[in-house]
Amino acid sequence: MNAFGYQFAPLWTDWLVYFLVFSGIGFFLYARRHEHLARPWRQVVRRPLAMSAALVLLVYIAIGLADSIHLQKQRVIANSDAVIFSSEKISLLDIVLTTLRVQEEKTYSAPFAIQSYAKETIELPDGGIVREFPRLVYGGIHLDQASDKTADIVAKTIRAIAESVAIFVLLIVILNFFLARYYQNSFGRQLNLLKLGDADLPWRSLLLMGFVLTLVGLVLIRLAPYYHVLGTDKVGKDVLYLSLKSIRTGLVIGSLTTLFVLPFALSLGIMAGYFRGRVDDVIQYLYTTLSSIPGVLLIAASVLMIDVYIQNNAEQFATIADRADARLLFLCLILGITGWVGLCRLLRGEALKLREIDYIQASQAFGVSHTRILSRHILPNVMHIILITLVLDFSGLVLAEAVLSYIGVGVDPSMISWGNMINGARLEMAREPVVWWSLVAAFIFMFLLVLCANLFADSVRDAFDPRAY
Amino acid sequence: MAQPALKGFLRVLSTLCCVIAAGLISACEMQQWNNPYLSAESDENILYSSFAARPKHLDPAQSYSSNEVQFTAQIYEPPLQYHYLKRPYQLEPLAAESVPVAVYYDADGNVLDDNADAGLVAKSVYEIKIKPGIQYQPHPAFSRTNPDSNDDTFSYHALSQDQLDEIDVLGDFAQTDSRELIAADYVYQIKRLAHPKIHSPIFGLMIEYIDGLLDYSKVLGKQLESDEKAWIDLREHALSGVEVVDRYTYRITLKTKYPQFKYWLAMPFFAPIPWEVDRFYAQPGLTKKNITLDWYPVGTGPYMLTVNNPNRQMILERNPSFRGEAYPNEGEPGDEAAGLLVDAGKTMPFIDKVVFSLEKEQIPYWNKFLQGYYDSSGVGSDSFDQAVNISGGGDATLTAEMTDRGISLLTTVATSTYYGGFNMLDPVIGGYGERAELLRRAIAIALDYEEFISIFNNGRGIPGQGPIPPGIFGYEEGINPYVYDMVDGRPQRKSIAEARALLVKAGYADGIDQSTGEPLLLYYDTAAVGPAAKATLDWWRKQFKKINIQLVIRSTDYNRFQQKMRDGKAQIFSWGWNADYPDPENFLFLLYGPNKKAQLNGENAANYVNKEFDHLYESMKNLPNGPERASVIKKMIDIARKDGPWLWGFHPKVFSLQHEWLKNTKPADVANNTLKYKRVDQVARDARRAEWNQPVLWPLYLIIVALVALITPAFIAYKQRQRASAISNSTIGKPA
Amino acid sequence: MLAYIIRRLLYAIPILIGVNLITFALFFVVNTPDDVARVHLGDKYLNEEAVANWKAARGYDKPLIYNPGASGFDKFQQTIFFEKSAKLFVFDFGAADDGRDIGYDIRQRMWPSLAIAIPSLIIGLLINVTVAMMLAFFRASYIDIVGVIAGVTLMSISSMFYIIGGQYLISKSLHLVPISGYDEGLSAIKFLVLPIIVGLIGGIGSGTRWYRTIFLEEINRDYVRTARAKGLFESIVLFKHVLKNAMIPILTGVVVILPILFMGSLVTESFFGIPGLGSYVIDAIQAQDFAIVRAMVFLGSVLYIVGLILTDISYTLVDPRVRLS
Repeated sequence: MNAFGYQFAPLWTDWLVYFLVFSGIGFFLYARRHEHLARPWRQVVRRPLAMSAALVLLVYIAIGLADSIHLQKQRVIANSDAVIFSSEKISLLDIVLTTLRVQEEKTYSAPFAIQSYAKETIELPDGGIVREFPRLVYGGIHLDQASDKTADIVAKTIRAIAESVAIFVLLIVILNFFLARYYQNSFGRQLNLLKLGDADLPWRSLLLMGFVLTLVGLVLIRLAPYYHVLGTDKVGKDVLYLSLKSIRTGLVIGSLTTLFVLPFALSLGIMAGYFRGRVDDVIQYLYTTLSSIPGVLLIAASVLMIDVYIQNNAEQFATIADRADARLLFLCLILGITGWVGLCRLLRGEALKLREIDYIQASQAFGVSHTRILSRHILPNVMHIILITLVLDFSGLVLAEAVLSYIGVGVDPSMISWGNMINGARLEMAREPVVWWSLVAAFIFMFLLVLCANLFADSVRDAFDPRAY
Repeated sequence: MAQPALKGFLRVLSTLCCVIAAGLISACEMQQWNNPYLSAESDENILYSSFAARPKHLDPAQSYSSNEVQFTAQIYEPPLQYHYLKRPYQLEPLAAESVPVAVYYDADGNVLDDNADAGLVAKSVYEIKIKPGIQYQPHPAFSRTNPDSNDDTFSYHALSQDQLDEIDVLGDFAQTDSRELIAADYVYQIKRLAHPKIHSPIFGLMIEYIDGLLDYSKVLGKQLESDEKAWIDLREHALSGVEVVDRYTYRITLKTKYPQFKYWLAMPFFAPIPWEVDRFYAQPGLTKKNITLDWYPVGTGPYMLTVNNPNRQMILERNPSFRGEAYPNEGEPGDEAAGLLVDAGKTMPFIDKVVFSLEKEQIPYWNKFLQGYYDSSGVGSDSFDQAVNISGGGDATLTAEMTDRGISLLTTVATSTYYGGFNMLDPVIGGYGERAELLRRAIAIALDYEEFISIFNNGRGIPGQGPIPPGIFGYEEGINPYVYDMVDGRPQRKSIAEARALLVKAGYADGIDQSTGEPLLLYYDTAAVGPAAKATLDWWRKQFKKINIQLVIRSTDYNRFQQKMRDGKAQIFSWGWNADYPDPENFLFLLYGPNKKAQLNGENAANYVNKEFDHLYESMKNLPNGPERASVIKKMIDIARKDGPWLWGFHPKVFSLQHEWLKNTKPADVANNTLKYKRVDQVARDARRAEWNQPVLWPLYLIIVALVALITPAFIAYKQRQRASAISNSTIGKPA
Repeated sequence: MLAYIIRRLLYAIPILIGVNLITFALFFVVNTPDDVARVHLGDKYLNEEAVANWKAARGYDKPLIYNPGASGFDKFQQTIFFEKSAKLFVFDFGAADDGRDIGYDIRQRMWPSLAIAIPSLIIGLLINVTVAMMLAFFRASYIDIVGVIAGVTLMSISSMFYIIGGQYLISKSLHLVPISGYDEGLSAIKFLVLPIIVGLIGGIGSGTRWYRTIFLEEINRDYVRTARAKGLFESIVLFKHVLKNAMIPILTGVVVILPILFMGSLVTESFFGIPGLGSYVIDAIQAQDFAIVRAMVFLGSVLYIVGLILTDISYTLVDPRVRLS
């Protein structure tokens, strides 16, 4: 594949992300046709809070996906027809954010600053040396005078607000038009219903959340090319760019891990519960042993081992991105291996219960094969447990990444992640005046994702497992 | 029944609040709340310092790294020391009567003069005479059952299980005693360097010099084979190169001429260890309780280690049997004005007790220094701008915030070099052909160490033009003409355009290998991980990008990295060297061929081999400091600059800050036994601490008010609900 | 009961063997003893002989699992596995790679860890259960909704933020407690206040949510409705019936986290410079001192298993209907 001077060059985790997306779509289609799965989903969809959270999650996922399409740029070489691609892999997101990516300052600068944060020794033309705050190379470079800054920012923000209001109004009109046709209401009456929030779906909340997201997005789009909206880090990288790039890392850890959890937990858990006896003993032994090892230590040991593997097979990882990617993949694998026990235990319990149910006993009596019973009867009936566990685990995994990075067994240090940002920010907090923006940026982005994931997961759990309410 | 329970709980809660509030109010009258030390300590003559990692070895035969030496140097007294005030560094006697002068002999036993050619010298002999009357610190190892007799009836040399049960730390031994320092103790320690179980880091180096040391190690090894656990009395085995002459004199015989040997005599490796102590610690029951020479050193120095809890705190206290040493009477010009001679001639040490607290994180460390809980501090990169200004003349001065606090700044260029290395064995970047040489040169130009120093070291450092840092003989204020141009009398790095031109010449135009058409990939090997490293690694990549070369970071754990370096499989790496002693030999040997890292496991990490350089090195090594030596060194550096096995990196400057109450501090990079010179004005310290650490209480009160504001409506709602549920309890309980 | 405990203990042995095999495999695949030796000897003036000596002194010069050179039972005894892993079963932790006795250090360092863990556990339990009860009492009202959302918000914040923020605000800006450090005896309190508060705030979100779910599950049971139907006060229903019956899940939660508490919070301890077992492990990982890590993994597993057994026993104490068989 070679278009627009780019070549499609996915990383390993990219393939798995694509796989995950397709499985997700597949599951959606499957759930639509099966009432026992579709009904709780309809319940989730009706909750305003859950749907607002889902909208935010969608934005995150879209950014993460854009960051999961990696490309290599064609390099033009003078007097040569050979097609050579840069060995550096950049993602679609990188291309979209090119301005943010390339506008690197020398070192720290505060949000919206136009001057460097640290004084620098500057040689004057006459040979003298002064120490002062130099102007940034990119931030606010379009301004002639520092005093124009506030006015400029306000103007750009007002413009963004105006634009988002326009989009919001347009959106309401279009949505209302279709809703009115669907429910065969008049436009005005439908608008009133929309305002009251009286509909099958929480359109009102969705619209409001959509407005907020558009507003934030547009403000960033208007301001980010001119200023470092969230400042820059120690080597002058734009913190907004780093925060956006971290999204993929967080999502991959949260979701790919479950991909590795599933095969273990599902097969072993159901088998243990269904077959009982020896099989159960062996599987129980396996997971009791694994779960009795303190998790952090197991992860630390395994990550160190992976470093050895990467080291010994350095030639397989041509670029930094490849290496970091391999480590990320392994980290997910390890988290999966240490994390399957909980789900396995739940599934075993459920399978134990299910096998005593009449129709399964009957199937057994009729001599239906075990594989068939497992796949036709047991598996569909534990789906909800799997789903609940996966959504609940997601946020925990995103949070775990930060702690693991602190201990030094997280993602590759060259990988952009919230964990690495927080870890770096620890040192910055000791500076005076304090460099707070990296920490705050990581905090906001991470908090939003985890909060929305938690809220969404809560709704999913309530819908699928109504015992708690 | 349950309602009283809840009420009871609320009552307990409110009482608790009252108690806390009362505690807060009464505490206000006390000392600062955030004082990490006991408030009773405040009027004692104590210096507060810290350590970042628990020292691994305090056994003088093993301790090497700076965090270990900061303790051992105060406790042990080798024969020599560096003068505290004079620069360049000068050796002076410590336990010895005088600085020993080597006597050289040829193969026939004739005495040669000092300038004799190294090839002729068959042995060099150092005779060291120590001062009589020096006493060891009190220690249970010296304690005898019958103090008056001189027989070997030591109280604690054969501990019974009953005795052991009562011992937890060294201080639990009831009796202690001291003894006079004798020459045999020095001999005993040198023998310990060869002990196979001690693994002295300098053993490998010393067998090259000290006569018979290797054989001695083999003899001990054989003895150990018969009984692995038994204690060997080293007095029973003679070491040919080291012998006792009389009670206060011993003699060391070297196999060659090695003028640098005298510097080693100022290190704790050559401190005395009494046999009694070795015998005492050899008891297996003590090892189980972590009571070993590694954790409880025994010396004659001004301080002794009384508390050793490497998990938290280590305390040095004044050695009561210390003989007393006078503060130096003279120093460099300017020392007098700097107040460094106020205590001239007074008896040291001045401080009674030094408390070292474990401080692993930079943030708490710096903040505690600002709060006055540490007396001195380094300047971390992250706190630099808060602390230091670089003034018009390029000099560092303190910011107003620091001077207001009475903090002062000391700066010095460290006797260290941090360099980037090319592995000369590498097929791409290494080798001595023109192509590789040009490639290395292009990289050397592109790698902007000035920027590195400015970003990561806050300008604390000077870019290296060669291996030798300022302050060491042989350093010259010239430029490396392959990387720099002299512009207006100042060195200026050559332009990127020039680097690109070199690349074209080398056949790597625009980062593409012209012979294969493939882009050139280079590898940077590092053991660095973590956030701090990430910034540096990013910087490295950025530098190579300037000349369109993609740099791949191969980061790994420390072990693999070391292994790779030993196998000669790294490509580009960063390395550093701190001088063992202030002599150019200690830097130039980093480029000496027979000292290469691959296969030979030496310190020449770049595996650089150049016959001419090696030859010059051998002659330089034995020359006394003078014009002849300087010219040889200049030639050597010119050769190395042309071949370019190193990116010459930089020599860091060390900045340290101290509070006004700490006196007599002068940066001394090679001297470590500096605590005895320092003095603390604890009255000033106390006043400052009280002034800086007033607790800010209003947020606490705010929180209490907020809590009450939250609980009250909840309580009212509770009452209402209770009533409601009593009326229609069946309607509420339904699931939502 | 005693027979049950003994049987459970016997069942623990194969598990511990499994744990041991896993850690052994992991650590000796990761780093050969040669590498460890080099780290500990430092990088100045190092030679092969020193490495060999170092290994010999610590018993790393033996074969991994099987020693063909020895005779009889020594074929298995004279191996790294026997010396370094099997001995853990008698709680002989041996010496760390830097020569210190591990058992001694663990005994020293468990106290600071416990000094944080026990207050955190008890106060945390009190606060979490109280708040959860309150939410359950006000279920489906605004107080409940606000409480749940606050809980979700609190638990969506990484623990790292609590630690960094707490240290910055309370220690650095307000001068209320020392920034880091530790002391023995009563003077330890000033060092412990902040880590405990940070731990409490960090745990309150998930804790309250967890207990609230438990209470709500109990509240919907028939016996509660019966009790209510009898006209009992809601608070009495909650305290007398619900709390009592929720004890089993509460205990399960508490006992299972005991080993974690004992092992100390890795991050908290190293941030606040508290010399407990958590920072011991972090130091060991950073210094690649695998003797310590091995010992701590083993200890952690033992505690976990003991915790499980204790849980079962505690069931019989709070609910006489449960019989151990």
